[in-house]
Formats: sequence, structure tokens, C-alpha cells
Amino acid sequence: MKRLVRHWQSLLAGILAVAALTRLPLTLPEAANPVGNGMTIAAILVVVVVLMQAIEESGPALRAVVLFLGAHIPAAMLLSGVAGNEGYMSAGFFLLIAASWLLAWASVSELSQIETRSTGLGWLLKLLIPAIFGAWLLIIWEAITRGFGIPFILLPPPSSIGTRIAGSVAILWADVQQTIFKAVLIGYIVGCASGFVVAILADRFAFLRRGLIPIGNMVSALPIIGVAPIMVMWFGFDWHSKAAVVIIMTFFPMLVNTVAGLAASGAMERDLMRSYASDYWQTLMKLRLPAAMPFIFNALKINSTLALIGAIVAEFFGTPIVGMGFRISTEIGRMNVDMVWAEIAVAALAGSVFYGVVALLERATTFWHPSNRGG
Amino acid sequence: MAENQSSVVSAKKLGLTFETSDGPVHALSNVDLEVKKGDFVSFIGPSGCGKTTFLRVIADLEKATSGEITVNGMSPEEARKSRSYGYVFQAPALYPWRTIEKNIALPLEIMGYSAADRASRIERTLDLVNLAGFGKKYPWQLSGGMQQRASIARALAFDADLLLMDEPFGALDEIVRDHLNEQLLKLWARTEKTICFVTHSIPEAVYLSTKIVVMSPRPGRVTDVIESTLPKERPLEIRETPEFLEIAHRVREGLRAGHSYEE
Repeated sequence: MKRLVRHWQSLLAGILAVAALTRLPLTLPEAANPVGNGMTIAAILVVVVVLMQAIEESGPALRAVVLFLGAHIPAAMLLSGVAGNEGYMSAGFFLLIAASWLLAWASVSELSQIETRSTGLGWLLKLLIPAIFGAWLLIIWEAITRGFGIPFILLPPPSSIGTRIAGSVAILWADVQQTIFKAVLIGYIVGCASGFVVAILADRFAFLRRGLIPIGNMVSALPIIGVAPIMVMWFGFDWHSKAAVVIIMTFFPMLVNTVAGLAASGAMERDLMRSYASDYWQTLMKLRLPAAMPFIFNALKINSTLALIGAIVAEFFGTPIVGMGFRISTEIGRMNVDMVWAEIAVAALAGSVFYGVVALLERATTFWHPSNRGG
Repeated sequence: MAENQSSVVSAKKLGLTFETSDGPVHALSNVDLEVKKGDFVSFIGPSGCGKTTFLRVIADLEKATSGEITVNGMSPEEARKSRSYGYVFQAPALYPWRTIEKNIALPLEIMGYSAADRASRIERTLDLVNLAGFGKKYPWQLSGGMQQRASIARALAFDADLLLMDEPFGALDEIVRDHLNEQLLKLWARTEKTICFVTHSIPEAVYLSTKIVVMSPRPGRVTDVIESTLPKERPLEIRETPEFLEIAHRVREGLRAGHSYEE
């Protein structure tokens, strides 16, 4: 029973592979390019499942490798068989895809059991496990869109998005430069820096704190859809108006978080500074700003995603003929959905890198905070 | 020597009333006290008796509402601004983003000591509290007792003759506390500082002090001042001598007399 629970993914994969044998061939009778390797693929899967029971006692590393190969070789064979048969795949195809997916799942759960002391190997595992996860998201997406012949306009398969990315590197790069390097980065830096400076001023002068924070909350509730066209009117079509939108979006989260952070140091710590006859700036630099760092980084992380959204959406309201938002809005009008998805992929990648850099900086700066100490 | 007898803290008819929504709270009333240079004075009493408040008035962390107090012959505010005391809180209050030596350097940085001077003072005070070799650690990597010793080192690092300690060992277990008490006495003998020490432990107060101030609550006031007859050299075993027990008995009587059971 224990064995069954431990190996339920691979055992279920075996059952699905055997069930697929009754639903062969992989393609429907109307398919233009019938494929005959269904039997082979099912056999590979069954062999892997049996092999897993044979190497039950060996370490998780060997089992993970066998499962990894046993999942991905059949998956590759299955996907290559779809070419020319889009929309004409049989139930056997989907059963075998499901079986390979279960083996990949089993391989991930074996991988996560590996205990290692070497940091290099630890890092590799940390990257490999989410990579397999992500890869299967794409494999299943590919198998479903192409296997069922889902219309391109609704959801293009990842392979054609990939082809589009590879074929439009120059355009995508120009868009990234326009949107990310100009609008997002400049807006983000100016917005965060000015939010920070105004927070210090608000901390120093009570009337600013009392007056500005409530208004800040109101302004941060302003819909970006309404603000963006006005910024375009004020600052023109180029990146300046987008940077202005990003500044408006990032300014108040930074202001509010920094003001909260500056109030976060404890009474005892402040009494300590007072007992040293420390002046305002010394207390600020040596106690209150370091104590506010977790709050400031929270704002930096929130703003990293807000900035990207703001810049892209602002480009919908007028822009020169370059930029990620411009590309998305025009290509969707021309039904070039793969290009839209390509921009989405690039935006997701850029956003993750952006967020990741801020998160790394945070770990280096607030290593002392209880939430970061363990790692 | 006349200089040894000069007054460090002098309070006359000192009173402090907090205005709260439930009406005034008399934290201190009519407190008269002299602390001489080189004294080790303990303040003992139940919670709410104003012992911490009195220490905070000396430190200019609270303002008295009536009466007079001088610290080193100045007002508490002037004394604070001339950095004439070191304060040890109930908790270590070390900054987690600074290593132990950087924490000790904190007051020195604020007060403008040179880098070379800072380094030698850090080394000396770490040695004084038996933390040599732990300077590069972060506070959260040390035990509670070591953290509190580091906070004492921080209070000793600059040239203040007066050390104010507010239940510094209250959160530690008894074995660690005994050990730290012993070390504190040695440190006091070596540095010849004046120490005001708040506690609610009778053995701790008797073991450490040259003078024990017994306080009672509602209103916070001084009920007895006991001059200790114990010698300056005090091994831990002194706590079993009849002399020690007699002083402890007098402290306990004082506490009982001042304690009201009206509520």
C-alpha cells in the first residue's frame, strides 16, 4: 500500500499507457500525415514504469534521471507527430501525453527528495525543478492547442510564439528599449526617488505628513486609464509621457511605505538615540532608515510591477511607432496574436528580471531581518 | 576624599504626574535622594512604584513635573546633552543590522570619536564584558545573556561616569543572572563608575549595592534607604552570611510596609 502511494504517478502513467494501446493509432483516420509510432511510445512508458519498480531501492537521483528521460523522450516523439495533423489527434495521443506528464511529475518529486550539501548542486536543483514545471506547462499547452486544433486567434501554440520571438528579435529589442529602458526605468527611478525624498520631508514637517498622505491615498486611487491620455497631451507621444504615468503610479506607494517604515523603529531604540543626544539626521541615518529598509523594499517590489503595467498601458493612448504597448495594441488589431504573445512573454521576462534584481538587493540589504535570516 | 563624596544625582521633592484619560497618575511624589560618586544604588519595589520612571527622569527621557533634580550638578537635559551617562535598557536594544562591534561603535560614531579611538575602545569594552572575539557576530547570533553584555559594553564605551541600568538582567535565567551580577561588580570595581540599578529582585539588590532605595506605589515614593554594610569585595557565597540575610530582611520589611492591599 505504501509502495502504491509512493509511486502513484508512475503506476497511473502505466495504466494510461496501457489504456492508450486500445485507442491507437495516434491520429484520427482523416489525418493528412498519419503516424504509426504509438505502440513504441506506449511501450517505452510501460518499460519505464516497470523499471521504476525494479530500481525501487536505489537512490532518488537515479530514479529521477530514469523518470526524466522516460517522460521527455516520449513527449518529444508525441509532439513531433502532431506536425500536419493539427486537430486530428486521437484519444491515444492525449492519454500518452498525460502518462508522460505523470512521469515528469514523479521525476520532480524524486528530485525534490535529493538532499545535497554541495551548494552548486543545490542551486542546480533549485533551478531544475521549476524549469521542469514550466516546460510541462508549455508542453501541455502545445499538445492541447495543436492536438485539438484550437484556432490560432484564440490561443497560438507556444512553438509558434517562440518562432515569432526568434524571427522578430530586432523589433522586440527596439520595443524593450523604448518601453523598459526609457519609460519604465526612468519613471521608476524618478518616481521612487521623489517618493522617498518627500517621505523624509513629510517625516520632518508634520503639516506635510498630515496634509499629503490623505491626498496621496486619493491620487493613488486615480485610474491610470484616465491619467495616461492626459499625460500624453502634456508631455507628447514619446516616452516622456509614459515615464510621467510611471512616476505617478510609483510615487505614492513609495511615499506611504517609507513614512510607515520611518515609524517602525522601536521606542527603546529611539530612547537609546536620545540618551546619546543624537540629532535628527544622525537618528535618521543610523536608526530609522535602516529600520525602514524592509518597508522601502516592499515599495520597490510593488513598484517594479506597477511601472511595467503603467508604461505598457500608457502606450495604448498615443505613442511613436515603437514600444511594447504600441505593438500589442496594433498587432491585436491585425490579428497577429503570436506577436502579442511574444510581447507578453518579453514583458513577463523583463518583469521577472526586474523583480528578481530588486529582491536580490533586498536580501543583501535586509539580511538582518527575521524573514531573511535563515537562508 | 572630598571628591569621592561629590553628589552625582541629587533629587529634592521630585514629583512626576502623568495626565491620562482616567485622571492624573502620580508616578513619583516627594522623592528626596542623593547619589554620591562611586555609589552603586539599587532601586527596588513592586511594579508601578516609579523606579524606572525615576531612572528615566535622571536620563531626561521623562520630565519631572515638580521639585528639583540635578545630574552632575546640571539639569538632566544638560547632562544628557553633555553625554554624562550610559543607559542600559531592559532589553539589549542592539541594532540587528550592525555587528556587535558596530553596535558598540554606535554611540562613539554619534559623539564623533576618531576611528582609531573607536577601535581601541571597542576592544577594551568587549574585553570588560568578556565578549572578546565576538565583535564580528551579529546580535541575533548570540544568546540573550551575551546580547545584554554587549549592550552594557555599548554603555561603557564612551566616557560617562554614570551608568543607569533598568532591570538589565530581568529577562535572563537565574544562573546567567548570578554570573552577570558577579561580573558587574568586578566591572564596577575596575571602572569606578557610579551605577543606578533598577531591579525587583531582593537578593540582586542586596548583593550588588552600596545603597538600596526601597520604593512603593500609588503614589510612587521612597519608603526606605538602606546603606549596605557589606564589604566591597563580594563573592557569590556572601549571600549566605547572616549580615546579607539581615539586610535582605530589612529590604523585605520595607517593601511590605509600603505595599498597600487596598484594592
